Amino acid sequence: MKKILAVDDSASMRQMVGFTLKKAGFEVVEAKDGSEALGIAKQQSFDAVISDVNMPVMDGITLIKELRTLPSYKFTPLLMLTTESGLDKKTEGKAAGATGWIVKPFNPDQLLAVLKKVIR
Amino acid sequence: MSIDLSQFFEVFFEESLEGLDAMEAELLNLEPGNEDMETINTIFRAAHSIKGGSGTFGFTSVSDFTHVLETLLDQIRDGQRALTAEHVNLLLKSVDCLRGMLAALQAEQEPDLTEADEIRKRFEVILGLSEDIDSTNSDTPETQSENTYQIDFKPHPHLFKTGNEPLYMISELAELGELETQAFYDAIPDIDSLHAEECFLAWRFFLTTSKPESAISEIFEWVEDDADIDIVLCGGLFESDLSNDEDSTPSVPVSTESESRLETSEPESKAVTSNVTNAPVVKKAEAKKPSDSSATSIRVGIDKVDSLINMVGELVITQAMLSQIGEQEITESTITALQEGLAQLAHNTRDLQENVMRIRMLPISFVFSRFPRLVRDTSQKLGKQVELKLLGEQTELDKTVMEKISDPMVHLVRNSLDHGLETPEQRIAAGKDPVGTVTLNAFHQGGNIVIEIMDDGQGLNTEKIRSKAIANGLIQETDELSPDEINELIFMPGFSTADEVSDISGRGVGMDVVRRNIQALNGSVEVASAPGVGSTFTIRLPLTLAILDGQLVKVAQHTYIIPLISIVESLQIDISKVSRVGKDLDVLRLRDEYIPILRLYDIFNHDGAIEELDKTLLVVVESDNHKVGLLVDDLLAQQQVVIKSLEANYQKVDGISGATILGDGRVSLIIDISGLIKLSGLKRPGSQDLIVEQNAVGGAA
Repeated sequence: MKKILAVDDSASMRQMVGFTLKKAGFEVVEAKDGSEALGIAKQQSFDAVISDVNMPVMDGITLIKELRTLPSYKFTPLLMLTTESGLDKKTEGKAAGATGWIVKPFNPDQLLAVLKKVIR
Repeated sequence: MSIDLSQFFEVFFEESLEGLDAMEAELLNLEPGNEDMETINTIFRAAHSIKGGSGTFGFTSVSDFTHVLETLLDQIRDGQRALTAEHVNLLLKSVDCLRGMLAALQAEQEPDLTEADEIRKRFEVILGLSEDIDSTNSDTPETQSENTYQIDFKPHPHLFKTGNEPLYMISELAELGELETQAFYDAIPDIDSLHAEECFLAWRFFLTTSKPESAISEIFEWVEDDADIDIVLCGGLFESDLSNDEDSTPSVPVSTESESRLETSEPESKAVTSNVTNAPVVKKAEAKKPSDSSATSIRVGIDKVDSLINMVGELVITQAMLSQIGEQEITESTITALQEGLAQLAHNTRDLQENVMRIRMLPISFVFSRFPRLVRDTSQKLGKQVELKLLGEQTELDKTVMEKISDPMVHLVRNSLDHGLETPEQRIAAGKDPVGTVTLNAFHQGGNIVIEIMDDGQGLNTEKIRSKAIANGLIQETDELSPDEINELIFMPGFSTADEVSDISGRGVGMDVVRRNIQALNGSVEVASAPGVGSTFTIRLPLTLAILDGQLVKVAQHTYIIPLISIVESLQIDISKVSRVGKDLDVLRLRDEYIPILRLYDIFNHDGAIEELDKTLLVVVESDNHKVGLLVDDLLAQQQVVIKSLEANYQKVDGISGATILGDGRVSLIIDISGLIKLSGLKRPGSQDLIVEQNAVGGAA
C-alpha cells in the first residue's frame, strides 16, 4: 500500500485530503505543519507528500526544500496545495524542489486525478 | 448552470413534424398565380416555427436550411415576388428533406446534408443569394474529428529529482487516444559517465485524439521548465479545436451546435475509453431509440398519490354512510342525515377532483429552464448584456398547457431581447445599468396562472408602431388611438417594426401567432409598456384544459355552456337602445359601446326559442377584445364542467369547443366564442362598425 504524508494546518482540509486518499486505497499520515511533517518524514518513508503552502511554524516551501535535501526524498513526488493560481508560488515551489501543484479549491476526484500523475 | 435541453427534443420533433405535415397540405392547395394569402401565411409560419425551434435546440443544420425557405416565403408574402410552380416544387422537396433531417436527428444521428445543400443552392439562386453568406459558412458539417499530434519530449537530466515520472506521463497520454511511441537512446552516454539518477532518454509520440491540445499540454504542465516539449498538430481538421475547446467559445452560431453535441457525445466516449483504453473513440452516437415515455407519462410525487388514497378512503366512508341511510325508513331525521351526507360527498368529490388535477400539474420550471440558454445565446448574438431573472418557478401548471405555452414564451422573450432591450451603449446614454434585465414571473391568481415577461428596456415605440400600422394598412392615418390601443396593434397579423430582418425575430410573424396560440388555450395575452422604462407581457392561462367554469344557459329546449371566463356581464335588453344595422343584425347600445346581438337559436337552428328581445337575456361575452351579446332564453346554474372532446367522439363542429355531460345525464355543448363569432359572419365585431360578410373574409385578409 502506497503511503502518503498529508500536511495542512487546517483540520478540515487535512480530513478531506486524508479521507479521500484513504478511500482511494492509500495509507495516510497527517501532519499539521511543516516542522511536524519533517519530523515524521525523517522517521518513516513515504511514496508522496502533499503539503499546504501557508502554515505556521514551517511553511510548505521550506518543508519541500528540506525534504528534497534528504536522500530518501530525492525522487519522491512532493506536491503543494496552493490557493494562488499565480505563477509566483508555483515557481518558488518548483525552485524549492516541488514536483507539482494542486490548485485549491479542488474536489476529491480532482485530487486523485492529479495524484495519478506521479503515483500509481 | 447546466441544463439538459434534450428533455425538450421529443416535443420539438413532434411539433416540427406536425408543422411539416401542415406545410405539405397547404402547398398542395396552392395554385401559383392565384394563391391565397392565408395559405402562404400558414406555410410561412410553419417554416418559421421550425427554424426557431431548431435554433434553440442547437440543430443548426435544420435552422440554416429553413432560413432560406423562410426568406423566399417572406418575399412572396410581402408581394415582392410572384409564386411560381418551381417554387412550390422546391418547397415540397424541402418538406421531404426536412422530414429526413428531423428523423435523423430524432434517432440521434447526423443528418445527411447533401440533399439539403443542393436544395438550398437552388433557393439561393432564386433569391439572388445575397443574404446568406453566414449560413453558407456554417454549413460545413462539423465533425468531431480526431487529430494527430506529434509530441517531442526531451526531459532535462535532472527530471527525476523533481519527483516527476515520464512513464506516468506516457500512460496519461495513452489514455487520451491512440499513441505511438518512439524512444531515443542516442543521448545515453558510456557506462562510465552514465549517472543513474539522471535522465538521458527522449521520446517522440504520435497521438491521435479527439481531445484538444490543451489536454496534452496539461500532462506536461509540471515539467515545462524541466524538459523540452514540442507539440505539433500534424493532420486532421482544424475545426475540432474549435468544437472541443469550450473556453474559447466562438461567437459565431456554430458554437451552439458543437456544444450541445459535446454534451450528448461525452458520456458515451467515456464509456468507450474505459473499456478499450487506446482504441480510437468513434464519436457517432449510437442510434438510441428516442424514448416515448416522456410523451406519454408523467412523474407524480408520492405525496400526491398518498393524498389521493386518503381521499378515496373518505369517499368510501361517505358512500357507506349514505347506503346505510338508504336502508333506513325515511323519516325527518334521515332526510337531514341524507342531506348532510350528500354535502360531504360533494365536498369529497371536489377535493378528489382537485387532487387528480394536481397530478397533471408540473412546476413551470420545466418551461423556464429553457430560457437561460436561450437568453445567453441570443444576447451574445445581439451584443447585448442581459440578466435573466426567474421568479415563481415552482408555480404549477397543467402539463398540456405547459407544452403549448413554451413556444409563445420563447417568442416573447426573444422579442424582449431583440426589440425591448437596448445595446449597452444606448443604456449607458440613457443613464441605465448597461446590463438589461429580463424577468420571467409566474404565479397563481384565482383559477388562472399568470406568466409575466418583463424587460427594463426602451418600451414599445408607439410612434413607430403607429406609422408602421398605417403603412401596412392596419389603421387609417386619421384614426385616433390611445397608446394602449396602439400597443395592441403589435398582435395584428403581418406586423413588424424591426428595421431589418434578423434571424432572431422581426418578420412580423409571431405576435399574432403568439396571441392565437394562447387564445387556443383559453388564455389571453396583453402588453403594458412605458417609454424608456420597459414593457411587460402578461399571459393568463386557465390552470387546466380538462375542466372549465361554465355558465349553463337555455336556448329553446337545449342547454349550452358558455365559459365563465369570457362572460363580461348578463343583462336584460332595453329595447329602446337596440338598432338594426344592415339586413338582419341588431346592435345594442350599452353605455358607450355597440354590442352586436347574436341569436344563438338562429346560429344553431333551434325552433321554439323566445324571439322577442325584451323577453330574453343577453350574455355579453368578450373574445379577441371584442364584445358580442349572445341571446339566450334563460340563465341556469354555474358549475365546473369536465370537457369531453367532440373531435374524438364525433367530429369538429364550428362554434363548439367541446361537450360535457350534465348531472341529469344529458350532453351539453360548450360554446367556442371566437369560433361562434366567425361562424356568425362578423369579422370584427365591436364598437367599430366593421362588419364583413363571411364570404368576403377570405379576400379581405
